[in-house]
Amino acid sequence: MRLTVTVNGQPHEADDVWEGESLLYVLRERLGLPGSKNACEQGECGSCTVYLDGVPACACLVAAGQAEGRDVRTVEGLADGERLDEVQAAFVEAGAVQCGFCTPGLLVQTHDLLNRKPNPSDAEIRESLAGNLCRCTGYEKIMDAVRLAAQRKATERKAHA
Amino acid sequence: MEFLRPASWREALEGKAAHPGATPIAGGTDVMVGINFDHLRPSALLDLTGVPELTGWSEANEALRIGAGLPYTRLINELGDRVPGLAIASRTVGSPQIRNRGTLGGNLGSASPAGDGHPPLLASDALIEVESVRGKRLIPATEFFTGVKRNALAEDELIAAVHLAPATGPQQFSKVGTRNAMVIAMCTFAIALHPDRRQVGTGIGSAAPTPLRAPVAEEFVNAELDWERRRPLAESVAHRFGELVAQAASPIDDVRGTADYRRHALAVMARRTLSWVWHDHCSGRQECA
Repeated sequence: MRLTVTVNGQPHEADDVWEGESLLYVLRERLGLPGSKNACEQGECGSCTVYLDGVPACACLVAAGQAEGRDVRTVEGLADGERLDEVQAAFVEAGAVQCGFCTPGLLVQTHDLLNRKPNPSDAEIRESLAGNLCRCTGYEKIMDAVRLAAQRKATERKAHA
Repeated sequence: MEFLRPASWREALEGKAAHPGATPIAGGTDVMVGINFDHLRPSALLDLTGVPELTGWSEANEALRIGAGLPYTRLINELGDRVPGLAIASRTVGSPQIRNRGTLGGNLGSASPAGDGHPPLLASDALIEVESVRGKRLIPATEFFTGVKRNALAEDELIAAVHLAPATGPQQFSKVGTRNAMVIAMCTFAIALHPDRRQVGTGIGSAAPTPLRAPVAEEFVNAELDWERRRPLAESVAHRFGELVAQAASPIDDVRGTADYRRHALAVMARRTLSWVWHDHCSGRQECA
């Protein structure tokens, strides 16, 4: 099939797509967006998390045929040009990145969490990130980063209020 | 492989009739794993995500009709107060990303004995609405599971919805696994009090070839509970209930757990959840997911 999909706000087309291949494969191998990682292909590690029509999903479990005409936002779409999103900046400053393999999925999931719950409790953070496995950091720096991003967003909201 | 993308329920049924071997796919949380690992090479995929009739829910005449394609996340958020047992079970499914995509219909379709959504449906006497171009029928949840990963669907049928009554009393769901999240159940137990008819409903998961109820345990406890005066639960009754639930199961030894442990865990979960729901019932409080 020829797949037409909006990715990070831009329309894209890919030819010779097999409908049963995963959206993750499309993003990485056909559209040149390697930010979403392939680590398990069974929805367990969360490193391929993307927004699909505004809802976080594991790209490895979305059939390419299901992505036709849909809106996808990957980790590459979080930044505004050279300006990092608050979540990305917080991860860098808190030292929440080590090998970086899990980071794209964590960033998308954290981004979604803070949009839904601007001031999440630690329990809510852990529950939200339950589907994102990390081998390196031991999660504490990730928790620090999420708290920092939440603080920053709160400060920003007050400044605009 | 053919990829069918029906835009309506009628179209989906026609597609299934024309391609009986087509594998329905909604959230893809099970199907795509099979495809990714080359365990599954369907002759056709029938994508149900474009069928709007599947993703809603409605309530009429004291019954809920939950579309087969409603994602777990929405079920929890929109129906958690009406079907608390099912909502608790839904929370234990996979991860937030999986729950955003996974559906009750897909869970039923794969008919895994370990499916988290199944025991609460049994405990609540749910009916599964299935349809084909030939017509529609309702299958009691107790008759839906026919074997390991097998269900009662005919070749041309699709799951349309689940029907169950909103909770009239407290409900609980309990799950034992290797960790707190992202885990396939070693065993599960669901319980629902139906004070309107003075009955307890149960559901056991991952401890037999299919999910199943514990009818002897139910009959025992129905007779023992003091529905009129709501007296505290005797410890001996809870203990006996747990034993009877364990006896209803026929678990296997496998990589996730031994048969003995499953029986033990079931007895513990049954005793605890019965105590919780009865306590809530006596105090007039409805547990919410």
